[in-house]
Amino acid sequence: MDGSWERPTAFYNRTTKYIVYALITGFVLYSFWDIRVSPERFVRGIGAGITLVSNMLPPAVTPMQLDLMVQGILESILMSIIATTLGIIVSAPVAFMAANNLAPRPIYLAGRSIIAVTRSFHELIVAIVMVKAVGFGPLAGVLALAFKTVGFFAKLLSEEIEDIDTGQMHAIEAVGGSRMQVYLFGVLPQVIPRIIGLSIYRLDINLRHSTVVGIVGAGGIGITLLNSFQKYDYQYSSMIILVIVAIVMVGEAASAYARRRVQ
Amino acid sequence: MLNVKDVEKVYDSGDRALKGLSMEVSGNEIVSIIGPSGAGKSTLIRCINRLTEPTSGEIWLDDTEMTGLSSKELRKTRRDMGMIHQEFNLVERLTVMENVLSGRLGYMSTWDAFRRNFDSEDIATAREVLRRVGLEGVENNRADELSGGQRQRVGIARAVIQRPKILLVDEPTSALDPETSVEVMDLLTEIAREDDIPVLINIHEVDLATEYADRVVGLSDGELVFEGAADELDERAKDVIYRGGETREERDAAKAAANRSASAGE
Amino acid sequence: MSNESELSRSSGTAEWERFDSRERLVRYLLVLGTLVVLAVSWRQMEINYSYVASAPTEVMDLVTRMYPPNVMYTREIVGPLLETINISILGTALAIVLAIPVAFLSASNTTPNRWTYFLGKFIVSFTRSVNVIIWALIFVVLFGPGALAGVLAIAVRSVGFTAKLLGEAIEEIDHGPVEAISATGASTLDTFVYGIVPQIKPAFISVATFRWDINVRASTIIGFVGAGGIGVALQTNINYFKWDAVLTILIAILGIVLVSEGISAYLRGKVS
Repeated sequence: MDGSWERPTAFYNRTTKYIVYALITGFVLYSFWDIRVSPERFVRGIGAGITLVSNMLPPAVTPMQLDLMVQGILESILMSIIATTLGIIVSAPVAFMAANNLAPRPIYLAGRSIIAVTRSFHELIVAIVMVKAVGFGPLAGVLALAFKTVGFFAKLLSEEIEDIDTGQMHAIEAVGGSRMQVYLFGVLPQVIPRIIGLSIYRLDINLRHSTVVGIVGAGGIGITLLNSFQKYDYQYSSMIILVIVAIVMVGEAASAYARRRVQ
Repeated sequence: MLNVKDVEKVYDSGDRALKGLSMEVSGNEIVSIIGPSGAGKSTLIRCINRLTEPTSGEIWLDDTEMTGLSSKELRKTRRDMGMIHQEFNLVERLTVMENVLSGRLGYMSTWDAFRRNFDSEDIATAREVLRRVGLEGVENNRADELSGGQRQRVGIARAVIQRPKILLVDEPTSALDPETSVEVMDLLTEIAREDDIPVLINIHEVDLATEYADRVVGLSDGELVFEGAADELDERAKDVIYRGGETREERDAAKAAANRSASAGE
Repeated sequence: MSNESELSRSSGTAEWERFDSRERLVRYLLVLGTLVVLAVSWRQMEINYSYVASAPTEVMDLVTRMYPPNVMYTREIVGPLLETINISILGTALAIVLAIPVAFLSASNTTPNRWTYFLGKFIVSFTRSVNVIIWALIFVVLFGPGALAGVLAIAVRSVGFTAKLLGEAIEEIDHGPVEAISATGASTLDTFVYGIVPQIKPAFISVATFRWDINVRASTIIGFVGAGGIGVALQTNINYFKWDAVLTILIAILGIVLVSEGISAYLRGKVS
């Protein structure tokens, strides 16, 4: 009689499992060693933290700073609106390209590649490149956010398109509708609610990002925040951060509310 | 007149769904295609308006040969073929009116279609057709608010408004209850008589097929194995249609059962 | 013809509108409003049109300067790339450690009282609302430039997200198995290991790997404000206009992002 039993594992076998665990542990330890944190440095940081917090409190602005801040925030909001619109206009054809039930293979692959590339880079990397391409200011930010919108929007929309009921599409084909008419009548009505929901969601995300792309010079409140840090004006910094948090939270709540209403 | 000549369909998977099939539909006759599932009934209907691309053969609608058409000419010819779909295939989120009017898309520019700028004559016809199918007053409802029978009526209206030369009907009743099925079949017959167009119906309920059809076509495993008037479809013909498509085990089992009943009769 | 006109009279009218006039008005106003907002937004941004006009040539110029990528530079970015990955791993690990108490605070069935509940919720939403680059700015002030600031920025930014999802997993624990195991006479530790751990382990692993995937992307940019990783090298090269090296870095980033996404998706598939 076999008296031994081993719990089956998700890995190939137990040895592999322990090797994987050991590798992960080893890598974490190596990472820890690699960044060379010394206890004193950590303690000094905590001390500096207390000083920083006391320097930040209470948040305060001079009238001139308030003016700058309001301008920056306004610019961020406008950037997010334009970038969302621009991004969605560009995304729509990409989404149709990247839906494997509509597009022929080569076009599908091209669409997927566009999505992969636009998704992979962090918005600040895109922003820093855009700043070099079109100069400092909100235009660079708009282009960067629109670029990121494409990856997000086209990916989710193409997945929605892949899930449509193709019968409705074939019915329009069968009455002799052209390709555009098939898209307009057989596909679009099925994905409209999703388009609206995603647009609102993306506007929310772009609003968040528009508050930080300024750190690399791409317009909005970010540059004001960076300057305040560089001038050690921490009361102003904390004020800006609070306003950003407030806007982000309001944006998130509004977006969640609007999406619930639509769906 | 529809003339199907030697049409063959081989799917990418290697399945030979249609093995060189020929048939004719003309006048205002109602032709039912029957056969076991997998016999190629839907493939045949869908090959006629090339929703499924036939591998070889010819399909003539009057003087137009379908298989050689460019995509633009194909769209033009499809306007002359009304199709009624198995799962209705209405655009669920559009109104009934838009669904009916979508039958006129083949006559509209994309720009007009985009703006929902329908011809007022088409709108009047749509109202008339809706009345004909018994759906007055629901034109502003969304298609997904309707019952199955109502949806299929919208589907029929969409085909009728095309003023087609033929109606292709793919399993019109498979998603409906028996009572509604009869109503839908009545309606299709009525349309064939009034508009004087032939109707080609692919249907799996043999009773409905014989009751409404002038002529019955039996398919088995991609081949035409029966053709004749509805009353010619006797038990033997049904055997050919439905037993022919079986696997050997099933055939053997059927044979054994037949033997048993034969010896019991003696 | 007469037949047809009679027909249209009998069936009411040849006109049909999808919406009645009030609905249409509302829809037109909505479209108009959106257009006005867009136009005003565009004007308010005071975009320099000479920049817009020169953008295509500038971009083309950038592309020609970038291509071909500087292959020799590859060796120099191995170090920063490893540091980027290290930051993401340590940041995620630290985030999980920090998130566990927060998760218990913000889960309605485990929080001690109303105030701790609100504290938990506040930590969750505050840490989530401040972008990782802002956290990096703050931690660079505290700990000086370097990877440590990056790890802390990533960790703090991830606390809210991680705590929220872990808290949800904790709330969903089925108490039946826990009771059954303690009924066999098992110790508290045994009950934890056999009754609770198996229930939250899948959520734990998938939250950790998912967040790690996000954090790999974040670790590539915190270098812009001096918090370590490949971002430092990227910014330096951009400032010195070494575009061929920039392209090398971008390709490397694309590589590690795609690989981490693959690993994360694989691990999540394994546990679900």
